Amino acid sequence: MSLIVEQNPALMEVNPPLVNSPDYHDLTNQITDITEGALSKTPKKYWITLGITASITGILGLMLVILVWNGIGMWGNNRPVGWAWDITNFVFWIGIGHAGTLISAILFLFRQKWRTSINRSAEAMTLFAVMCAGIYPLFHTGRPWRAAYWLFPIPNTDLNLWQNFRSPLIWDVFAVSTYFTVSALFWFTGLVPDLATLRDRATSKAKQVVFGALSLGWRGSARHWANYEKAYLILAAISTPLVLSVHSIVSFDFATSVIPGWHTTIFPPYFVAGAIFSGFAMVMTLLIIARWTLNLQNLITIKHLENMNKIILTTGSVVGYAYATEFFIAWYSGNTYERFTFINRAFGPYWWAYWTMVTCNVISPQFFWFKKLRRSIPVMFILSITTNIGMWFERFVIIATSLHRDFLPGSWGYFKPTWIDMATFFGTFGLFLTLFLLFARFLPMIAISEVKGVLTTEKQTFKSVATEVVTK
Amino acid sequence: MNAGELREKLGLGEDKAWAVVGKFSDPHELVDAGRKIKEMGYTKLDAMSPFPVHGIDDAIGVPPSKLGWRVVWCSAAGAATALLLIWWVGAVNYPLNIGGKPLFDFTYSIPVTFELTVLFSAFGTFLGMFGMNGLPKLYHPAFRYKHTHRASDDSFLLVIEADDPRFDPEKSVEHMKSVGAADVEVVVG
Repeated sequence: MSLIVEQNPALMEVNPPLVNSPDYHDLTNQITDITEGALSKTPKKYWITLGITASITGILGLMLVILVWNGIGMWGNNRPVGWAWDITNFVFWIGIGHAGTLISAILFLFRQKWRTSINRSAEAMTLFAVMCAGIYPLFHTGRPWRAAYWLFPIPNTDLNLWQNFRSPLIWDVFAVSTYFTVSALFWFTGLVPDLATLRDRATSKAKQVVFGALSLGWRGSARHWANYEKAYLILAAISTPLVLSVHSIVSFDFATSVIPGWHTTIFPPYFVAGAIFSGFAMVMTLLIIARWTLNLQNLITIKHLENMNKIILTTGSVVGYAYATEFFIAWYSGNTYERFTFINRAFGPYWWAYWTMVTCNVISPQFFWFKKLRRSIPVMFILSITTNIGMWFERFVIIATSLHRDFLPGSWGYFKPTWIDMATFFGTFGLFLTLFLLFARFLPMIAISEVKGVLTTEKQTFKSVATEVVTK
Repeated sequence: MNAGELREKLGLGEDKAWAVVGKFSDPHELVDAGRKIKEMGYTKLDAMSPFPVHGIDDAIGVPPSKLGWRVVWCSAAGAATALLLIWWVGAVNYPLNIGGKPLFDFTYSIPVTFELTVLFSAFGTFLGMFGMNGLPKLYHPAFRYKHTHRASDDSFLLVIEADDPRFDPEKSVEHMKSVGAADVEVVVG
């Protein structure tokens, strides 16, 4: 059959992930080998990388200690820029998370089978990104050990306070914590059959106990699968509106205020498109590295990456269109403040941030119109990184430029981050990458049971197409 | 301590047969065999597979999952909790006049109500699915079949449970072999 494939490159397209992985057992081996290998045999470069990222996480810890010890004045937030890097980074990380849910839920509902090779790692990435995001709302309170009382409606006798449910900030608390919880449940549900595989293959007592407990006694009974598939469908169906709601509600933090540059109805869809755009770019960055270091080329193929690039192109264009609409409405509304804010964004003191954003978000994804560039690993690696640089700048531009010119010129200001701001943000990347590296090494990075399910149906299609080609 | 010693210590009797289990290496063979076994009149059948095999539910008579309705009730509970919380906190326990805005209104309650509806549904789905599957479970006789560990890898097992009125250790083994199963065994536990 491999000869037929070589002679007919069109067949490679029919069956992207599975041409080179002939049977179930090989597939199990390939994916679990990464998880099961002895610690001593893990390549040295893995431990070195983990050491570096763990050290960067240490910087994050240190910065948070300094912050709590001295108070949030350690950040560069000032008047009038009362919201700055803290919320920029929060929105940035939350946005990154959106790709995971999109892949696991929305692409599932659209029956995009190619998602099975990438959904597990994208979902894990979602969880880790939301953890990084959660640091900011938690620590901006200054006293994170009391934050639970301020953020969640917990009956309390010392403060005797309740949250104000008319505030979009409390909506955000509910949106983000629900998002994290539901993503975690979805991820774990998908993981259970694979944990059972690891349990059944475990060679040491410790592994048997750990994977035995985590897999909850899963035995792959037909009755299990019937409920499981239903549960998966329901989780996908409720996660789809959830993922759209989360960034919409994040955008309400801005849109419900009366600040020029924030008070616009375009924000919810614009934020959601931006979130998916940045999230896919982050998945792309991580997958290119993982695919190369863990030799997963047969499971994560160029076709997968190309499909993702198409989504990046689409959402990137939506984001570019939203920038244009914002500018048009600022002019068309005839509102002096609105008009000033937008001209000031592009040509005021933060012009460099604005044009970095436009270059990275509007211009760079357009390269993906060309099939050659869409299928080139170096190109997509660079563009995935510039996308995230651009998306970080987008949030910074929206937040800082709208605030630094207050209504009265006497209250104008400028925001500069402190070194604590910068080191904290740098540290969140350490946390994100450390968690991702641990996940990639110790849990199955590709959804084994889902890929096998696709393998079965694709094998049939493949057989019928191959026979057709041969008979011709 | 092995299973035998444990049984003695706990004062349990001899193991009863749990089922006759046979192994297949292809999902389509499993479905075909399952259908044939069902046609022989068996009613208590099960299958074990590394991924959901399509068509097996019809072939061996697994009823469709009833999870959906339970989740609907959870969603309703989530929405009700959110609305009651917002109303009670804002209009009863801690009324706070902010710019003359109403103390309770459906419009600004939408985001939190939506989120709690989703949250409750997700917990309902998650706990409901594992609950209906009888998980977590520390022990199941299925794990005493010698190839069960491969049912999460590349094997497809067909199970005739001992509760089945037509079950007979010898005849069922023959039936299982006749539909093409390999390594057919009576599993006790």
